[in-house]
Formats: sequence, structure tokens, C-alpha cells
Amino acid sequence: MSLLQVENLATHFDTRQGTVRAVDGVSLSLKKGETLGIVGESGSGKSVTCYSLLRLIPEPPGKIVSGKAIFDGEDLLRMTKRDLNRVRARKISMIFQDPMTSLNPYMRIGAQLIEPLLIHKMCDKKQARERALEMMHAVGIPDSIKRYSMYPHEFSGGMRQRIMIAMALITKPELLIADEPTTALDVTVQAQILELIRKMQNELGMAVILITHDLGVISGFCDRVSVMYSGTVVESGTADDIFYRAHHAYTRGLKKSIPSTQEKGSKLYTIPGAPPQPIGPKPACAFAPRSDLNFSEEEARMEAKFLEVQPGHWVEVHPASVENYKEYLK
Amino acid sequence: MSLQDSFLQIQDVRSWFPLRKTLFSNKQTQYVKAVDGVSLSLVKGEVLGLVGESGCGKTTLSRAIMQLIRPTSGKILLEGKDLTLLPEKELRAMRPNFQMIFQDPFASLNPRLTVFDTLSEAIRVRHKLRGDKLKDAVGQLMIKVGLSASQMNKYPHEFSGGQRQRIAIARALAPEPKLIIADEPVSALDVSIQSQVLNLLKDLIQSMGLTMIFISHDLSVVKYMADRIAVMYLGKIVELGDATEVITNPVHAYTQALISAIPTLDPKSERNRNRIVLQGDPPSPINPPKGCSFALRSWIPHSPKDAEIDGVFMEIKTGHFVEVHPATVENHRRYLPDSKFETQ
Ligand SMILES: Nc1ncnc2c1ncn2[C@@H]1O[C@H](COP(=O)(O)OP(=O)(O)OP(=O)(O)O)[C@@H](O)[C@H]1O
Ligand SMILES: Nc1ncnc2c1ncn2[C@@H]1O[C@H](COP(=O)(O)OP(=O)(O)OP(=O)(O)O)[C@@H](O)[C@H]1O
Ligand code: SF4
Ligand code: SF4
Ligand SMILES: [Mg+2]
Ligand SMILES: [Mg+2]
Repeated sequence: MSLLQVENLATHFDTRQGTVRAVDGVSLSLKKGETLGIVGESGSGKSVTCYSLLRLIPEPPGKIVSGKAIFDGEDLLRMTKRDLNRVRARKISMIFQDPMTSLNPYMRIGAQLIEPLLIHKMCDKKQARERALEMMHAVGIPDSIKRYSMYPHEFSGGMRQRIMIAMALITKPELLIADEPTTALDVTVQAQILELIRKMQNELGMAVILITHDLGVISGFCDRVSVMYSGTVVESGTADDIFYRAHHAYTRGLKKSIPSTQEKGSKLYTIPGAPPQPIGPKPACAFAPRSDLNFSEEEARMEAKFLEVQPGHWVEVHPASVENYKEYLK
Repeated sequence: MSLQDSFLQIQDVRSWFPLRKTLFSNKQTQYVKAVDGVSLSLVKGEVLGLVGESGCGKTTLSRAIMQLIRPTSGKILLEGKDLTLLPEKELRAMRPNFQMIFQDPFASLNPRLTVFDTLSEAIRVRHKLRGDKLKDAVGQLMIKVGLSASQMNKYPHEFSGGQRQRIAIARALAPEPKLIIADEPVSALDVSIQSQVLNLLKDLIQSMGLTMIFISHDLSVVKYMADRIAVMYLGKIVELGDATEVITNPVHAYTQALISAIPTLDPKSERNRNRIVLQGDPPSPINPPKGCSFALRSWIPHSPKDAEIDGVFMEIKTGHFVEVHPATVENHRRYLPDSKFETQ
């Protein structure tokens, strides 16, 4: 049984330019102990999806226009604010994309770390401090006792990010939602942090949603992967499906753009065309103008469907262009 | 390279932050020695990649070069002029020449300014444009960094993380500077847009002779962008050399660990790979260890006596410098990372 089941989530923003369809029909599911990676175009709605699950969207201009998010049998999108706060405190932790803006600049690091433990009376102050120092050590912050009473601006970018991680893990949540948690970390510290998360998954059965642009992290750390483009999931499957058998033209374009596979001095490959503006009526396939596959104009006007091309491997594609994709499979 | 050739010359720069005294301590003031004696020199049009462990002092060094904090000691010569001696007013007049792309784009954008407000001022001053012409120029710049000109009148909070990072890049490019320090400029971008921005920066380096310090944790990006790489550890440069050379023949133990930990793009090999896991805690910039700063975490055999003496920054091959004990350099060389890398 799944721990989290998101169905057809849509979140829109009203702006002067029109309605931005930031998230437009996203479905995800996650089992206990499992890690789901989300990759995708910048601006495709990854962060808004996560904010929507915890109802952190500013309303207005934002609005969750449809969908369900069943967590432990309850719908996060429909429960009372009080129940939601209870779930958020004890069962779901989120690491935000912007560490500096989500830490309070006027409050010492230690006080911010123990806050969630104290508010929900999980332990007394002395125990909380012990736990906080333990977590600081676990995320690799030296001089933890001195740094416990320092302020966020006295930390480096990566240290602030690690404090956010420590803060999210300190309550031992059932679900961790991590939005780009390791962008400011060098690969050795990143490996250490991912190891720590994995250890907590093994010990506590914690499930993880990990948003990242780092395909290396996706390949090494995630059980399943969802690829987002323009507010929808365009492909989803195991890490192997995405790395060895990717179907969707966007997924393949993304993999082709990775610098390490390209020669120094040459121009880097980029997906042709510009990212779409998710304003106005929903196109049949948002990727059609940039797709390198052969398809007729008539096909491009057909509505794309989320098809299971192999057990557990789903692709958004027009039924007519499935055949086009086949030739890309080895 | 003689002094005259260098465009930017960083000489023995230190940047220390005093620790607040606690009520009962009667000891001397202690310092966080964030940057502790860095010397580097860049020629015009060069891209220097700066990598290093989180917290080793990369951002602090950048801010000291930009004079956003005045360094504790040392000189920073830009085209021969020592920036550390310039009064605030002269510095302000020179600022359009050197720009920084900040690590935390959201915190560095003014939430009350639209993208147009943020980008237009520098273009207006430089090209004396107004009205529709100014709008066009701003729109052009936005398209260059992969934004759409129709987003000109939006505020920072209306953008995604990666879109904000591109606004920050455009802001640094707007005054057409000669020197850019880019602190993790592409870490929040998907790889396709990342490639687009890297191509743009490469073009500008070639067409405008832009000089750049490029900080990134992604070594494949650094390798692609940089002519030389400097590896920083605990406030000091510990390895410096040609980008391809440093990545293929790393000699300092930290560089070796870093390179062995680069994630691969192959889930199968990723599941059962050997990477060097650093042992011990990261060292403290408040009480830096004596002697070799890496000794405690190093897996390379050395005598306890070796660990106590300071490493020497020595040229082991033309243009390739490493901080290491002369006695242990051979040990280091033997541990070059390859697929059969030993973990311990
Ligand atoms: N408050 C808002 N008002 C208007 N539009 C918004 C707002 N917040 C987000 N958006 C838009 O919603 C879309 C999705 O944003 P989101 O932050 O989810 O992207 P993302 O996938 O997380 O991208 P990134 O990888 O760059 O962080 C973007 O086009 C963004 O401009
Ligand atoms: N204003 C400050 N006051 C006190 N200490 C500071 C201050 N700014 C930075 N430091 C300390 O200086 C050291 C270097 O920080 P810096 O931000 O330069 O690291 P960095 O190499 O950029 O790391 P990252 O990769 O995590 O961004 C850290 O130990 C940090 O805590
Ligand atoms: S082939 Fe069809 S479904 Fe695939 S990207 Fe092109 S238009 Fe979209
Ligand atoms: S072998 Fe010598 S130089 Fe190398 S890490 Fe050990 S003590 Fe330092
Ligand atoms: Mg985001
Ligand atoms: Mg930094």
C-alpha cells in the first residue's frame, strides 16, 4: 500500500498576464521507505507540487484547482488546517529550495533547530539540545558547540543547507520532501548527507521525495523517477527505465545536455527552442514545438495520454506517436 | 607570468571573522579563519574554476575580491590597481567593471523590484537608452539567459528557483563587466538550461575578453568551463593547475576524494561503486590543525611526524602545484583515482 498517493493535482496562479498553469494534472505515488526522484525543466512545477501537498501556496494568487493527496489514508488537501499542522509537525518534513530565506536571520541556529522538538513537546530542552548537536555532527558541521549559538549569516551556503537538512530530520518524519537539498554541497559532503538519509530510511522506513537537477544523484539514490515538463509528469519509471530506456523526447534531450558526456571546447547541446509559458489553453503536447521526433500536425493536435509502455514505466505520448518512439528503443 | 600580464592578482589574502566572546571567557578573541593566505593570479580572458569542500572559504574569498567585505590583510590588484586601498567612492565608480553572481539568488534580489527594474538601470547608464529601446535591450538580455521577455514586469517571488538564478545572472551581465565571479551560477538549473547559460558565458568570454572565477561543486561543469582549477581546503589553495590535468591526475588527497565522489550517470555502476569516504570530521577553521591540514582525514600512509609539519606548495609538474610534504608526494601519486580505486 502506498504511503502517499497524489492524483491529478492542479495548482494555478492568477497573474496580470493570465492564469499560470504551474501544476496541471500531476499524479505520484510513494511507498513506505521508498525514494522518488523528481527531475524536470526549471519552472515545470516541481516546487509548486510540493508546496501544494502541504498547502503552502499563497492564496490568492495561487489556487489548488483539483486533485487528491492521500497520505496515511487522509487527504492532505481536504483536512482541516489543525489536522494538517499536526501531520506536518510529526510526520512530514520539508526542506525548502532557498535555505537563506527559510531560516530566520535573527535567531540563533541552535534555537531554530530545537524549535520543532519543543513546540510539539517531543522532549525537554536539554534533550533537544543534545539531539540538535548530534544532528549537526551527523550533517558534518565542525565546532558544533560554538556554531550552535551562531547566526545563519555566519554560516556558508552549504552549511545553511545542511542545517535545513538537520532541522527536517530531527523530528524523524515518515515522509521527507527535499527540494534541491544538496545543490550547495560538494560531492563528498553530498555523499555523506545522502548516506545519512538512506540510514534513516533503513532504520525508520522514512519515504523520500527528492527534487534535483543532478542526474547523478537521481541515478544513484532513487528507486523511481518522475520527469516533469510544463506542469505535468511526462515520464515515470525506475531509475533504470529513465537512464537506459527513456522514451519521452524531453527526457532524452535532458540526458543529451549533460556536460560530462560532451567534449571540452565544443558547444554544449541544448534542447532547441524556448521553455513554454504555461499560460492560456493547455496544448495537446507541450513539448511538440521542441520535439525531435517525426509527427504530423494532426498528431500534434491530438491529446497526449499517459501510457504504460512497460510494467511500471509510463510515458505521456499521443497514441499515434508511440510508434515514433519505438525506433529509439534498443 | 609577470605581474604586468596578470589582470587580477590576489596576494596573500586573509579574511578572518572574530567570534563573539561568551560572557565568561577571558581568553583572547578567537577567529573563524575563513580565508587564510590565498594567492592567485588570472590573465585577461582566463576562467579559473574554484572548487572545494563546503565551508572552505570560496564565497568569503569572492566577497573579499569584490570588496564586499574588506579583507583582513593582503592585496587585490585589478589591472594593477589595489582595490583594498580604494576609498568607497572610487570603488563605487569602478563597480560596473567587476560583478558577482551570488550563491543565493533569492536573498540577493530586491523583492520590490520587477525584473525590468533590476536589469534596466545598468543598461540605461551604459547605453543611454530610454523607452521602447531600453525595453528591447532588457528583453534581449532576458532571452539570452533563457527567460522570456514577456516576464519583464514580474517580481522575484513569481519565479521558480532556477528562473531567479537566471535573473541574477542577467543582472551581473547587464553592466558588461570585465570580471565576473560566479558563485554556483548554474546549480539550480536543469541541465538543458544550464548548458544554454554555460554556452552564453563561454561566448562572452571569447567575444568580450571577460575574465571569470567560476565556483561550482559540479566538477564536470568546472572541467568544461575552466582553463585552470584551484582546489581550496580550509581557507587555503591546496592544488592548482590546468583543468584537465587536475581532474585526470589529482595529487592532493582532498582532490582525489572529490574526484572519486563524482556521481556517475549509470544507475548500475552507481549502486556498487567504490568512492573514497572521507574519515573523521571536517577540520575547524577556528582551531585549524597544525601541520598538514588534511592529515587526520587522509588514507595515504604517512608517519605521525609528517603530519605535524606544514605541507609545501610545490610545483610537481609545469604549472601543476600541490600542497604536500615533499616526503609524501610519491605516496600521493600512487593513489590516483581510477575504476579500481581503493576505498581505504
Ligand atoms: N507566486 C507565483 N505567482 C505566479 N507564478 C508563479 C508563482 N510561483 C510560481 N509560479 C510559476 O509557476 C511555475 C512553476 O514554478 P516552480 O517553482 O514549481 O518550478 P520548479 O519546477 O520548482 O523550477 P526550478 O527547478 O527552477 O526550481 C513557474 O513558471 C513559475 O514562474
Ligand atoms: N560573517 C561571518 N561571520 C563569521 N563566520 C563566517 C562569516 N561568513 C562566513 N563565515 C565562516 O567562514 C567559513 C567559510 O565560509 P564560506 O561561505 O566562504 O564557505 P564556502 O566555501 O563558500 O562554502 P559553501 O560551498 O558551503 O558555500 C565558514 O566556516 C563560515 O562559517
Ligand atoms: S512525438 Fe508527439 S507526444 Fe512526443 S513530444 Fe512530439 S508531439 Fe509530443
Ligand atoms: S601524506 Fe602527508 S601531505 Fe598527504 S595528507 Fe598525509 S600528512 Fe598530508
Ligand atoms: Mg523549484
Ligand atoms: Mg559559498
